[in-house]
Amino acid sequence: MTYKTGDWIPTRDAYGEALCELGEKNKKVVVFEADISKSTRTNLFGKKFPERYFNVGVAEQNEMAIAAGAAMCGKISFVSTYAVFASMRACEQVRTFVAYPHLNVKICPSHGGITPANDGVTHQGTEDLGIMRTIPGMTVLMPADANATKKLLFAAAEWDGPVYLRLTRDSVPIIYDEKTDFTIGKGILLREGKDVTIIALGDMVSKALDAANLLSTEEISAEVIDMHTIKPLDGDIILNSVKKTRTVVTVEDHQVECGLGGAVSEFLGENYPVPVRRIGFRNTFAESGEYELLLEKYGMSVKHITAGCLNSIKMKGKIR
Amino acid sequence: MEKDIQFLKDTAKELRKNILKMVCAACSGHPGGALSAAEIITALYYGEMHVDPKNPQDPDRDRFILSKGHTCPVLYSVLAMKGYFPLEELQTLRKINGRLQGHPDMNKTPGVDSTAGSLGNGLSIGIGMALMAKLDKKSYRTYVLLGCGELNEGLIWEAAMAAAKFKIDNLLAIVDYNRLQLDGTNDEVMPLEPLADKWKAFNWNVITIDGHDFNQILGAFRKAGETVNQPTVIIANTVKGKGVSFMENKVDWHGKAPNKEQLETALREIENDI
Repeated sequence: MTYKTGDWIPTRDAYGEALCELGEKNKKVVVFEADISKSTRTNLFGKKFPERYFNVGVAEQNEMAIAAGAAMCGKISFVSTYAVFASMRACEQVRTFVAYPHLNVKICPSHGGITPANDGVTHQGTEDLGIMRTIPGMTVLMPADANATKKLLFAAAEWDGPVYLRLTRDSVPIIYDEKTDFTIGKGILLREGKDVTIIALGDMVSKALDAANLLSTEEISAEVIDMHTIKPLDGDIILNSVKKTRTVVTVEDHQVECGLGGAVSEFLGENYPVPVRRIGFRNTFAESGEYELLLEKYGMSVKHITAGCLNSIKMKGKIR
Repeated sequence: MEKDIQFLKDTAKELRKNILKMVCAACSGHPGGALSAAEIITALYYGEMHVDPKNPQDPDRDRFILSKGHTCPVLYSVLAMKGYFPLEELQTLRKINGRLQGHPDMNKTPGVDSTAGSLGNGLSIGIGMALMAKLDKKSYRTYVLLGCGELNEGLIWEAAMAAAKFKIDNLLAIVDYNRLQLDGTNDEVMPLEPLADKWKAFNWNVITIDGHDFNQILGAFRKAGETVNQPTVIIANTVKGKGVSFMENKVDWHGKAPNKEQLETALREIENDI
């Protein structure tokens, strides 16, 4: 299954389809579900490979620990639920029984960030990347579109150890063609520029590209990086870019602490201090509403990204 | 059989002595719940499980999960006695750069099949192993030793429901029912009774025994092995601190190491079956 550039597809749909392809190729793949298979799209895998599919009911801690037990027997366990539940309800199982023993458990939750929009705060996972990034040995990914999802899912299956791969409930535009290669830990330079570096991930990558387009009408040249892996972070691509632009704006559908903005700021603080503006939630929960309206209300729209870039460029003069 | 039982009794004595010596050497650890499980662990490793200390990662081996991971001195002792690592290494319990962590680490200690220590997780992990045995059509069995205190955890009952759903008959859960937990008796902290009825209500096959009687333990293992399409739990009535008069049924010995003098007294009592 491949997806056409310009189409809009939720990455959870791509996950469900790619998981079936993966299951066909790799018999070690087993899938665990917690009663939301119609939403996470693992029902497709369940129909195709019922013997390798386990629905444990509404019990995410149990789901995660059973998946760990399966991985202890040499399987590659895929765990599906929502980001809030994977990262918080089952957090200790992830930390102590998946990450500590460094097991091949691939946690692939849907409903990352505010993509579950109208479901409201209980179902919006805006802290998960930070929680996962803090756990030693965890690899943390968020693909920007359906083609990236498929490639990164296959890469995650080959990756040694635990992976957290965050998906969206709502549609995001396809920005990659099916030939684009993805390597875990290697960001993708999507657009070259010289005035400011925008680093984004997941559903915010297309917003970052829109912001760069808008900025170009004001003669501002923005570089755009898709940091689909926030851990391990690709320091090289950041350094190469900021040595040229000398300022960064991070954009994520997440709290600005501990996620992408946190990771980039920490890296730059230690290696190449430059002004950084972080776009994301600032110490606030969101609310129910339409996705685009929520981005607007909480300061994460294309308009806010462009304003952040202008601000960031101004800051360059104030430092050094 | 009588001779075999005598061998198991002697082995359990050795096990108890090793537990006390290693906890004393570490100056910390959990002797009470390790001593209460001595017969259960001895019966598992010397009379029930198919394991090969020379090949601890054998994919076909039976699995054991010490869900009540804080009582790991009982597990480390039996593993050393079986030859997974040298007996002298027991003296390194809880010491830096050692392989014997304060709670079991599957990647550090040969023979430890699952990391454990955060209570309430072992039954779920065991279900994962048992499901994979069925998927791969392998005959290995999975054994999970639960503490009674950890039955307070909600996750245990999530797992109990799932084991019945998946008809997991290749897993055996054993409750080391010594009726004490860190802060006091089960009844004071969080009453568990009617415990057998709880498991029955979750559609488990329940066998209640004296957890210090080898004939009963081995008999229960046999019955569990014959049960199909249903998970089995053995509720093993035990005494916390069993074998050492001043530790028996004393909540204070949940997580306290004996000093040298207390160790000498305890070793003497165990040797002489007092």
